[in-house]
Amino acid sequence: MLQPTFPPRDELQRPAFSLADIAVLLGTLALLYTFARIGTDMLVSFRPPDIIPGISLDPANLPYYAARSTLRMFVALLWSLTFTLTYGYLAAHSRHAEVILVPLLDILQSIPVLGFLSVTVNGFIALFPGSLLGLEFACIFAIFTGQAWNMTFSFYHSLKTLPRELDEAATLYRLPLWQRFTRLEVPTAMVGLIWNAMMSFGGGWFFIAASESISVLNQHYTLPGLGSYVAAAIAARDLRALGLALLTIGAVIVLIDQLFWKPLVAWADKFKIEQSSASEAPESWLLNMFRAAQLPQLIGEFLAPAGEALDKFLSRLALPLKTPSNTWVSSPWFDRFFNALLVFLTVGLLAGGIRFVVNEVGVGEVAYAALLGLATFGRVALLLGLGTLFWTPIGVAIGFNPRLARLAQPIAQFLASFPANFLFPFATIFFVRTGISLDWGSILLMSLGAQWYILFNTIAGAMSVPTDLREMAANLGLRGWRLWRDLIIPGIFPAWVTGGITASGGAWNASIVSEMVTWGNLTLTANGLGAYVALATAHADWPRIALGVGMMSLYVVGANRLFWRRLYTLAETKYRLT
Amino acid sequence: MVTLPGNNNILLRAEDLCKTFPLPEGNGVFTALKDVSVTVRNGEVVALLGRSGSGKSTLLRILAGLIPPSSGEVQSGNKAVRGPNPDVAMVFQSFALLPWLTVQENVELGLKARGMGREERRARALKAIDMVGLDGFESAYPKELSGGMKQRVGFARAFVVQPLVLFMDEPFSALDVLTAENLRGEIGDLWEAGTFPAKSILIVTHNIEEAVLLADRVIILGSNPGFVRGEVQIDLSRPRNRATPRFKALVDHIYTVMTNPAAKVAEAVTKVVEVAKPPTPQKAPPEQFPPLPHARAGGLSGLLELLVEQGGRDDLPMLADRLRLEVDDLLPIVDAAALLGFAKVAQGDVMVTPEGHAFATSTILESKEIFRQQVLDHAPLVTLIYQTLKEKNDGEMRADFFLDILDEHYPDEEAERQFGTAVDWGRYSELFEYDARSGWLWLPEVASGGPDE
Repeated sequence: MLQPTFPPRDELQRPAFSLADIAVLLGTLALLYTFARIGTDMLVSFRPPDIIPGISLDPANLPYYAARSTLRMFVALLWSLTFTLTYGYLAAHSRHAEVILVPLLDILQSIPVLGFLSVTVNGFIALFPGSLLGLEFACIFAIFTGQAWNMTFSFYHSLKTLPRELDEAATLYRLPLWQRFTRLEVPTAMVGLIWNAMMSFGGGWFFIAASESISVLNQHYTLPGLGSYVAAAIAARDLRALGLALLTIGAVIVLIDQLFWKPLVAWADKFKIEQSSASEAPESWLLNMFRAAQLPQLIGEFLAPAGEALDKFLSRLALPLKTPSNTWVSSPWFDRFFNALLVFLTVGLLAGGIRFVVNEVGVGEVAYAALLGLATFGRVALLLGLGTLFWTPIGVAIGFNPRLARLAQPIAQFLASFPANFLFPFATIFFVRTGISLDWGSILLMSLGAQWYILFNTIAGAMSVPTDLREMAANLGLRGWRLWRDLIIPGIFPAWVTGGITASGGAWNASIVSEMVTWGNLTLTANGLGAYVALATAHADWPRIALGVGMMSLYVVGANRLFWRRLYTLAETKYRLT
Repeated sequence: MVTLPGNNNILLRAEDLCKTFPLPEGNGVFTALKDVSVTVRNGEVVALLGRSGSGKSTLLRILAGLIPPSSGEVQSGNKAVRGPNPDVAMVFQSFALLPWLTVQENVELGLKARGMGREERRARALKAIDMVGLDGFESAYPKELSGGMKQRVGFARAFVVQPLVLFMDEPFSALDVLTAENLRGEIGDLWEAGTFPAKSILIVTHNIEEAVLLADRVIILGSNPGFVRGEVQIDLSRPRNRATPRFKALVDHIYTVMTNPAAKVAEAVTKVVEVAKPPTPQKAPPEQFPPLPHARAGGLSGLLELLVEQGGRDDLPMLADRLRLEVDDLLPIVDAAALLGFAKVAQGDVMVTPEGHAFATSTILESKEIFRQQVLDHAPLVTLIYQTLKEKNDGEMRADFFLDILDEHYPDEEAERQFGTAVDWGRYSELFEYDARSGWLWLPEVASGGPDE
């Protein structure tokens, strides 16, 4: 009955220790060393105004600054992940938590977080007096706010749409909650989670640039990092240093992609819920090396009993639910009480906020902010329109050509994660030289970051148009505008909507740094809500910060509700190509 | 093993189970199961056979403790079942394997949940994998396996926990015909060999031959709401041979029962247990809007043409076999043909009526005319829509109006299916038109003076 199975042949032939093992070993050691060295620097003492770390424009410091910024990004990612797993789990498993947490997340997602930097910086410095840690945390928190919401929504959505029979199997085989979480829930959510983490991680560089060097309450704070290096270069009008910083950030993005995201995506391919293998699985040289090496396997074997014991311990802590339903049951009376409390709290908060703003700044200021919002709204709309007109034909041409698409897709994604604000100084010089008003120029600045979402979504959309349909169109002689009207536009519509939502969200957030730019001691300002918030932040003018950010959230939520959500429904129902 | 109280060896007992689901917008409740009592005794294979709407999968899930009954109780080994039933293991229609775990890890899932140690888990899993003939595939991932092999993993995962009763939810229906035949045979062999890792089997199926091939007792469920119509003892010796007259007679009998809601389960066979009366129908549907069988006009026409070519009469099991259609696919079409007066069903045979003959053999335009007449005479829901549109001055109406009416009698999903079928028939017979995007129904221009002339 019990025959031992033979290991596969290649395993027998494999040498006990290989080149791959040496590479893995050296790589791990190098990583640990860098981490230890950079990490301790985070604890450096800081006593404003006497001791404030400065930034040297010497290019030799660039790798160190890059490492500091990168570490911040990863710490933020870790926090985002922790937050995602907790928040998403609660929202999906408790009906009462869901009522609060999901709308709250929706609001958090629409709030331009850059407007809150001043609040958070002050708060965190107060939390860690005398240490740089406070500033570090403020910066990490800014990055976190750019990453966490997307990931949380993705995780929550996966938990709510678990395949029914898998769910039933886990229930019937009575998996303890811990095993259910690690074996069923997290794996099901994995692909979406990693994808969202990767996209938001790219966006995080933008926040690095905006939050490492910041003025709050007329006090300037600086953390050593790439973002503050750029800020220092702008202050010194040093074009050479700027160029070098650009190269560095480009290199860092490519490195992280190759060493972290690519292996992760390739590894996560096994979590795809599909019953047959995909024709083209994602590949990563690093992952292949890891799989070829013996060392990770040996360590895994060595640690297995410990892992087993931990698993057993955690399983016993969280036994399976007795009730067959996943959601916790409760009485209708408690429900009613709960809902009433919720309505009461919401109304109270809203009334309080409105009273604060109106008392402090007056109704006229509110109308003024609304008007400024209209100006920024116009910029975002113009950006989307022009970006669509310009990039859609290019994206479609690329998407219809598979070889070109394979080349262009990663480039577009690279450009999307490249922090556009690193490029702002060059644009600013251009505006100063040509005398273009920032009222128009800021559209260009905002689009530096946002337009790529339109491009690579259009490419993806064009790639998803079935060849059959294109052949049919060619066969019927559809050409020019008719081809676009009858096939291409409907075909790429869902992808375009996704790109449009992301681009418009990005553009609103970017408006805070795009409508007010500096070069040396020269500052250009546009008339817009973004500049309003930026100015209020610099002066720590709380009522105006609240008003500006509130107004911006109103515009973003309004546009989502009235415009994007409808297009999204249309895309989901009428234009789905499956 | 578990000592069973009482002397009649009952492993699982359900009494007077009812299951209701709330209808949308507070329209009361929809009854999926009504007063269902089932027992599973030690050492027997019981098949639950029913058409769609009989709530057979719901029943299985209540017995497994995955969903709670609205009333009634399930007892397993003399304990009331509250929450997942520890005495059963289930084999799922879609396999329900975790794609990120290897074959062995999938099989170990239930053992790990019980906190069993690594070595023992491994030994037991290897034994179960060996039993289903997957030796050598321990470290493969499910997506590397064919459908039949995946279901073997599903069986191994259930075997390894050594359940009292093994539940199977249409375990072969996601497989192609040959693979299903092969696996079904092997499971039958395992059972007959007497080394089966469970005391009893409860299988849900809509495949009549499968039920007769595997079961000792076939419990036949009626639809809307689901109830036990009765049961048929399969008194065939094992291993079973499809070619014997007795096998064929049993299959024919069950076909007759299944195609005729009024037939008594017992009639043609000698050995019969209880015969239940259908429960009083819930609320209004059968009188006012008897549910439309979900058949498309095209499928109906195809079936009738085929029957006319066969000389106007055919044996249902043979027809199903030839068309490679399972009961749930074929019977709705047969039902629709019977409802519209195109065919008659008796003794497991289906016969074309003169109207059906005319419908199948005339030109498209003529056959639409015939179809329209029959629909207006026999399908009240279509007639209701048509009459309502005619009474309106502009001949237009929102679909929601009819969906609201249907919502009072059916759960949301079924209401939409009923509406969908009515729209299909109405469109085919050119009685009315429908725009799914705007949700409006209207009378076609030409037909405004049309069908009633």
